[in-house]
This record gives sequence, structure tokens and C-alpha cells, in this order.
Amino acid sequence: MSEKKNPSPRKRGRRSPIAIVLLVGIGLLTTGAAYGMATTATASADIDLSSPSVIDQGGRLFAANCATCHGMQAQGTQAGPSLIGVGAAAVDFQVGTGRMPMQATGPQAPQKPVQFTDAQVKALAAYVASLGPGPSIPSQSALEGGDVANGGELFRINCAMCHNVAGAGGALTEGKYAPELKNSAAVHVYEAMLTGPQNMPVFNDLNLTPSDKKDVVAYLEYLKANPSPGGLELSAIGPVSEGLFMWVLGLGAIIGLTIWITAKSN
Amino acid sequence: MADIVKGTNKDEKSFIPASRERLTGTELGTAVVTTDAFENPGLPPHRQRVTDTNPRRLARAARIVAWLFYVSIALSVFTIFAYMFFPIEAGDTTSIRLSTLYIGLGSAFALFAIGIAAVHWGKAVMADKEGVDERHPVRGTVETRARAVEIFKEADEESGFSRRTLIRNGMIGAFIAFPLPAIALLRGLAPMNTDPNNLMKHTFWKKGLRLTHDPTGVPIKASDLTIGSSVHVIPEGLLDLPETEMLNQKAKAAVLLVRLKPGDLHWTSEKRKSWSYDGIVAYSKICTHVGCPVALYEQQTHHLLCPCHQSQFDIANECAVIFGPAARPLPQLPIAVDSEGYLVAQSDFDQPVGPSFWEREK
Repeated sequence: MSEKKNPSPRKRGRRSPIAIVLLVGIGLLTTGAAYGMATTATASADIDLSSPSVIDQGGRLFAANCATCHGMQAQGTQAGPSLIGVGAAAVDFQVGTGRMPMQATGPQAPQKPVQFTDAQVKALAAYVASLGPGPSIPSQSALEGGDVANGGELFRINCAMCHNVAGAGGALTEGKYAPELKNSAAVHVYEAMLTGPQNMPVFNDLNLTPSDKKDVVAYLEYLKANPSPGGLELSAIGPVSEGLFMWVLGLGAIIGLTIWITAKSN
Repeated sequence: MADIVKGTNKDEKSFIPASRERLTGTELGTAVVTTDAFENPGLPPHRQRVTDTNPRRLARAARIVAWLFYVSIALSVFTIFAYMFFPIEAGDTTSIRLSTLYIGLGSAFALFAIGIAAVHWGKAVMADKEGVDERHPVRGTVETRARAVEIFKEADEESGFSRRTLIRNGMIGAFIAFPLPAIALLRGLAPMNTDPNNLMKHTFWKKGLRLTHDPTGVPIKASDLTIGSSVHVIPEGLLDLPETEMLNQKAKAAVLLVRLKPGDLHWTSEKRKSWSYDGIVAYSKICTHVGCPVALYEQQTHHLLCPCHQSQFDIANECAVIFGPAARPLPQLPIAVDSEGYLVAQSDFDQPVGPSFWEREK
């Protein structure tokens, strides 16, 4: 590229400075892609949560990453609750969505990039499940084929007051919030209902039966798959965003037009 | 009236000061004469537009106006085609969106283009010389006013309005009576045979009614609730009511049932404590502020948030208000467990649910 009609002596024989950036970029992308493929391959493999080697691996991960707050035997400390009996579902939700390990104390542990591979998450879940009986990770068949209409009704009665009827999330008290559900995996939604993470109430199988939970998951999947019939939904959080849009853009346009109408022509 | 008659012999000019005198109630000469009166600044000097001085710019502006009208025609045609080619198909929400989107955009911008063209035409192309139109006097001439009085008198004479008092008073009475039924009909807005106070003071709950799931009506056992659970509850038998009545009753009887560790609950009296069962408590979902459903329950802080005006209630302390405009704690539904292990109401709420009303305390 630099070898044009008038090659300057300084540039002759040297690569363009962009080339280095490009090379590094390509290198990083290839490594990342290869790593991603490798980890996906691991994730798709079935992991036996009751196998002693997996539990053992989970125990070591737990001691290294979780025991500071939850205690060496997961018995709980001043900094974190006991995990005996919370079950594999709670671990899969908290660690699988990046909420745990917690980055800093605050009103709520926010969702952040997941810190472990899927295999490691499952190993941690296996270890915690081995400490005491608790809800287990739902199988794929528990998540598919629900009734959307019934799920919608159950969602409006039990979930919509916090998570918004369109699953857009909403504010709670003192800095806490109900997260939006549009990007949540079906399995995590199911586990959240089962275990009641953080300030969310528990919806055990006697309150919302497994079939009810399947319907709620189906409703959320339906929302994800179907675009808003009204067009531009402005993140579906209701009168605040819609009002702001109309007050700023709508009124702004009206004011602009009024000024233009009354201004003298040049 | 007398003044006008008096003024008939005078000419127009002498009449006007007389009327001003009458309006102010003072004689001319005694009023305060202001010396610093604001002077009419007149019109600003006429400024010529580019389109006045440059014929090419004028031609361009005229072209733009014409084109805007053509654009409007094109958009109207587009709207017709949008209706034809993006029909609403039953069951397909996307088709509704496309249809309304294109028809709306087409017709809105067709009208918008007409408006922009009209304003631009007026501002840039039409003549814009300033002119003065003096306001003509509101008062009619003396002859017109006298004739008007004459017509009134004549009409009174011919209709007999003043003379035939029977007819006149009858007409006035009819006019007064006519709106009365409308006022009487307002009564129909209030409940007819029931005392509205009573309606607001009682709900569907009564002794022995089981607590059931909303919307299925399946009864709830105390053992169904794990710690941290929250269940939305309607009374047993509510779903058997006709729909309108069911909704009216549900609006008052909706209850949120939660289970805490029994040690987390603080009670002011043994009686209040007896309204709960092993950490299970039931509170009205109707906010005591303006009646929104309060159900944003945080299981760790035990706070209950009303989404409308951010009132917060503390379930651990008998639903006391800890923040926001609500004036009273949420009423608690006294609950117990029957012989089969199902949760039942001990009685109705001990106070009216929802917002305040005048006769609430009586």
C-alpha cells in the first residue's frame, strides 16, 4: 500500500503502522474464537452432577472462589449466607448469570460477565448440591412446550408488578431493582422462580407447579421471539420513556415549527 | 337608555366625551392627566426579503412550494397503495404494525407537506407589505341605536311579552324546570339500595373461608409455603360469582400471603400475633393511599413497595408505613389453619381496606 508512485525513503521497505494493529487484532480474534469453540464444546457435553470427581473439582473451586464469604464448609459467615441446602439450581443461577462471585457489597448483586466456564459452574453446583438436598437444575424438557396464554396470566399475577408486563424490569426500594428478563436464558428464569435469588420471593413447586413454571418460561420466550406489535417500544418501561420522548422530541418539534412559522422570511 | 335618547339630537363628536364622562364617573378636567404616556412607536422600517430582491430566489421558492404540494399528492397516493398492499391479516400482529405504520406515515406527511407548503408560500412568495387597517368604532350610529330600541319595543308590543304575564311567567318557569331532571338523574351514579359506606367497610372474606390461589382458586395449605414464598390470594368461592361481581369483590379482597422466619416478625400485641400462623402472614394488597395493588415484595428486607407512589410497608412490623404518602398500615387478614391443614380466614379484615373516605372511622 505504501509502494505508490513516489515512495518516500522513510517508508520504503517498512510495513504500514496499521499492519501491526491488524496483525495483533487477527491474532487475538483467532485465539478468542478457538477458545470460544473449545469452551462451547465442553459446555455441550453432559456433566454428571453426582460424580465424585465433579463434586471434588467443585469443592476445590468453591474453596478458591467462594469460601471467603460463604465459609470453608459453605456454612456461611458474617459476609455471606450459608449455602447448605440451597441446591444446584441456586448455584447455576447465581454463578451462571455472573451475579456470583459478588464484586462488591451493595444493595444488589448485579448481573455481570460470567466468571467460570459452564463446566466449572456445573461442578460448583454439584459440590453445593452434595452438601444438602435442594432444588436441582431443571432439565431441558422442563423448559419447553409451555402454554403461552396461561404463562402470560401467571406472569401478570405473580411477576409483572416487579419485572414489568413486558419483562422490561423495574425499580424497587433503596437501589434494588428487578432485572429485565428479555435477555435471560429460560433455564435461569426457571431457577430464579425455584430458588428466589436475592430479594425475589420463592415460587416453589406448590405455589407455581412445574407446569406453571414451564408456561411462564414459554411466555417469556414468546415475548423474546415476537417483536412489539406497536413498533418502537422505547424499552417498554411505560410512561417515563414514552413521556420523555414526547415531551422532548414531540414538543421540541412543535416549538421548532412554531418558531419557523412566525419568523420572518429572509 | 336615557343617555341614548338624549344623544339623538346631538352630533356624533359631542356625544363621545359625554359617554366617557359617564363611564369614569368623573367630570372631564378632574381626572389625572398622564404626561409620560407611551408613544406609538409606529411600524419598523420595511425589510425586503431575498425573494423580493432576487428573482431567481423567488422562482426557486415558488418551485419548492409547488414541489411540496406534489410531494403531498404522491404521499396521499402512497397511503392508498399502503392500504392495498399491507392489509391487516387476522392473527398476524406484524401486519397490523406495517399497515398502521405506512398508512399513518403516508397520511401524516401528506398533510404535513401541505402545511409546510402553505406556510412557505405565505412567508417567501406572497407579498409582505405592511399595511394599517384602523379599527372601526364598535358603537353604532345614533340612528341605528334608536331604531334598535324601537324594534325591541315593537316586538314587545306585538308579542305581548310584558302584557301577557301568564304566558311569560309560564315560559320562565318551564326554562327553570327543564334542567331539574338532569340533576335528579345524578342520583343514579350512586348505589341505589345499598349504603355505599357498608360496601367499602366489608369484603368477601369471612370466618372459615379458605385462602386460594389467584387465578386458579386452588386452596393453599400452610405447608405449601416455604420461607420467602409469596402467594397472590383470592377468597374461596370468589370465582363462582358472576364476572362483574367477581371483579368488584376481588378489587377489595385481594391478599398477599408471605412466609417469613417467625422470629423476624415483630408484633405489638398477642392478638395481632394470633392473626398469623408460624411466620405466615396475609395482608390486603390494596394500598391505603389511593388503592393501587401493593405487591412488590422483597423477601430479604421484608419491604412491600407500592409501584404507584412509592409507599413502602414493612411486613416484619405489621406492615407499618416506612416511606411514602400512605397514611395507614395495610390491613391484616387474620388467618388460621383448619383441620385439613388449609389456611382459612379467622374473620373479615378488622378495618376497611384501601384509601380513606369520610365515614371510615364511624
